[in-house]
Amino acid sequence: MQSSVSIQNLKLDYGTVSVLRDLNLEIGQGEFLVLLGSSGCGKSTLLNCIAGLLEPSDGSIYINGQNVTWAEPSRRGIGMVFQSYALYPQMTVEGNLSFGLKNIRMPKEEIRRRVARAADVLQIEPLLKRKPAALSGGQRQRVAIGRALVRDVDVFLFDEPLSNLDAKLRADLRVEIKRLHQKLRNTMIYVTHDQVEAMTLADRIAIMKGGVVMQLGSPNEIYNRPANKYVADFIGSPSMNFFETTLSRGAEPKVVLAGRDVPLATYGFVRKDFAGAVWFGIRPEHILTGEAAASAPVRFEVCAELVEPMGSEILVWSTLADTSIRFRLDGQEKVATGDMLRIGFDPARASIFDKAEELRV
Amino acid sequence: MADTVIRTQHASHAHAAGPRPRPIFSRRNIIIYGVLIVLALYYLLPIYVMVVTSLKGMPEIRVGNIFAPPVEITFAPWVKAWSSVCTGLNCDGLSRGFLNSLKITVPSVFFSIAVASVNGYALSMWRFKGANVLFTILIIGAFIPYQVMIYPIVVLLREIGLYGELSGLVLVHTVFGMPILTLLFRNYFSSVPEELFKAARVDGAGFRTIYFKIMLPMALPIFVVAVILQTTAIWNDFLFGAIYTRPENYPMTVQLNNIVNSVTGVKEYNVNMAATLLSGIVPLSIYLISGKLFVRGIAAGAVKG
Ligand SMILES: Nc1ncnc2c1ncn2[C@@H]1O[C@H](COP(=O)(O)OP(=O)(O)O)[C@@H](O)[C@H]1O
Ligand SMILES: [Mg+2]
Repeated sequence: MQSSVSIQNLKLDYGTVSVLRDLNLEIGQGEFLVLLGSSGCGKSTLLNCIAGLLEPSDGSIYINGQNVTWAEPSRRGIGMVFQSYALYPQMTVEGNLSFGLKNIRMPKEEIRRRVARAADVLQIEPLLKRKPAALSGGQRQRVAIGRALVRDVDVFLFDEPLSNLDAKLRADLRVEIKRLHQKLRNTMIYVTHDQVEAMTLADRIAIMKGGVVMQLGSPNEIYNRPANKYVADFIGSPSMNFFETTLSRGAEPKVVLAGRDVPLATYGFVRKDFAGAVWFGIRPEHILTGEAAASAPVRFEVCAELVEPMGSEILVWSTLADTSIRFRLDGQEKVATGDMLRIGFDPARASIFDKAEELRV
Repeated sequence: MADTVIRTQHASHAHAAGPRPRPIFSRRNIIIYGVLIVLALYYLLPIYVMVVTSLKGMPEIRVGNIFAPPVEITFAPWVKAWSSVCTGLNCDGLSRGFLNSLKITVPSVFFSIAVASVNGYALSMWRFKGANVLFTILIIGAFIPYQVMIYPIVVLLREIGLYGELSGLVLVHTVFGMPILTLLFRNYFSSVPEELFKAARVDGAGFRTIYFKIMLPMALPIFVVAVILQTTAIWNDFLFGAIYTRPENYPMTVQLNNIVNSVTGVKEYNVNMAATLLSGIVPLSIYLISGKLFVRGIAAGAVKG
């Protein structure tokens, strides 16, 4: 895959505060990359550097093989969509769409053609003569996407474009963005703090923390094989259960949980010879109950301490090996506080991290 | 027991619906309106005296009560104040001063606002190197008493050959309006979402395009505020007008002073009053015409997309 955007040793400091530290990222042609991380981790800063709206302290940025580190935002072949929509309030929708084209003195005929095409793709033709104030949130964001669309750019940058919308619209527009990507096949870099958006949209996700990429991988990889405890904890809702225990390698590798051996012969080890103190992690949705628990490789009996019915499922809080754990039951199950439940899991689905560095074992 | 109490309390309001009726002559209303009326009278009384006096002839003024309405209305004092009263050396009335004031105010207001709005825009949006230092200096400038700078400016104007000229006074007004106007515009532009500016840059707009196509149309209310502030301040200015101009270039305020404070001849109260009202007409009408816009501009905070 030829690289569309390439970020090399990018650093950005505000005085003594380091916001981006030595960041490297290769984004393929037509790829949908999501930058995911909690608020303040430097996602917007990175996106603004790519757009040319912030000057990096060090490092370089390439777009389509060109070094654009010092190029003006408008000369980078990027379009950007902002959380607050950032539509020009005094211009009509049509004015908003054509503003960037007028700035490069494009012939009127061509401007009209492009605006019409974008309006068609985004289905905003009836809105062309309106001012942004007369649009709903979803319509405004569509116009903002259109503004990037008319400029025929290679790379779309989105900075939390759906965060100001209500839940239903957000889901609708998310699907539309995905559809748009499948249609246009542009490179898209999408910043969000919402893991559902990240999982559903991304070809690859870069999870950021403190200006560093913690893991870069497909949604599947990130979910099933998190590279470190931070990622494991960050992805998934409710988040992963962690037990403190010790990994020993006798005849076969195992950990001990609540006095019982958990054999790890089926676990896909990354570090084949590691032994010692570890975090043993298992996702709530990978804890089996009822019939399935009976045939699980490892089984326990726990007491339901707190029950949270959510309609489609029931979240149960309990204690195992002196650790508070959560797991899910089908929404139709009958369970009350104080009930004893049989649970189990398959160690192959677990994630194990060493205690010192919290990296995957 | 408790039930009965509640029920009897509610009995009288059994049919209550819609807004609760309020008595017109409540104690609260009497106090509020009383204070407002007294204050209004306090400010209106001098204006009333001025208007009635300016419409009386001198004999009537000498014998009469200053609050009495004119027995015989005459517009002669107004005509005299406008066209023939002596203001120092010239005896062509306030009309000359009115023209001078226009020639001073219009360019001063235009230039000071043009420069200050660009300043405010640059300071809040472009964050260039040294922007904060520059801004601090400007703010300090707003607090330096005018008296300190009077003489240095005389020297400066003399050196560049503008001392006594209208253009010299325009320059002084433009410079002195800068700190407060820049502050006004900077604060307004700071409330414009930064993402709007970023979007415009991605769209290939530069310093000028962003200013003229995006910021200027959005800032119209604050421009109205600035025009009102500057027009009244410059029109009412006396100090600079008296110091930095020659008699034939005196603004209206200085002429008015010369009329009212002249020590030769009898004091023509009616002409003085007419002259005073004439020189107040411009700021007054500006307030009356643009009062609503002014309030809207002052209240205009964040700009919604
Ligand atoms: N102008 C600035 N001066 C100092 N620190 C800043 C500035 N802008 C952002 N930061 C810091 O940079 C960090 C990353 O910000 P940002 O990229 O906006 O995070 P997010 O991931 O939420 O988009 C934050 O901790 C923020 O405090
Ligand atoms: Mg952000």
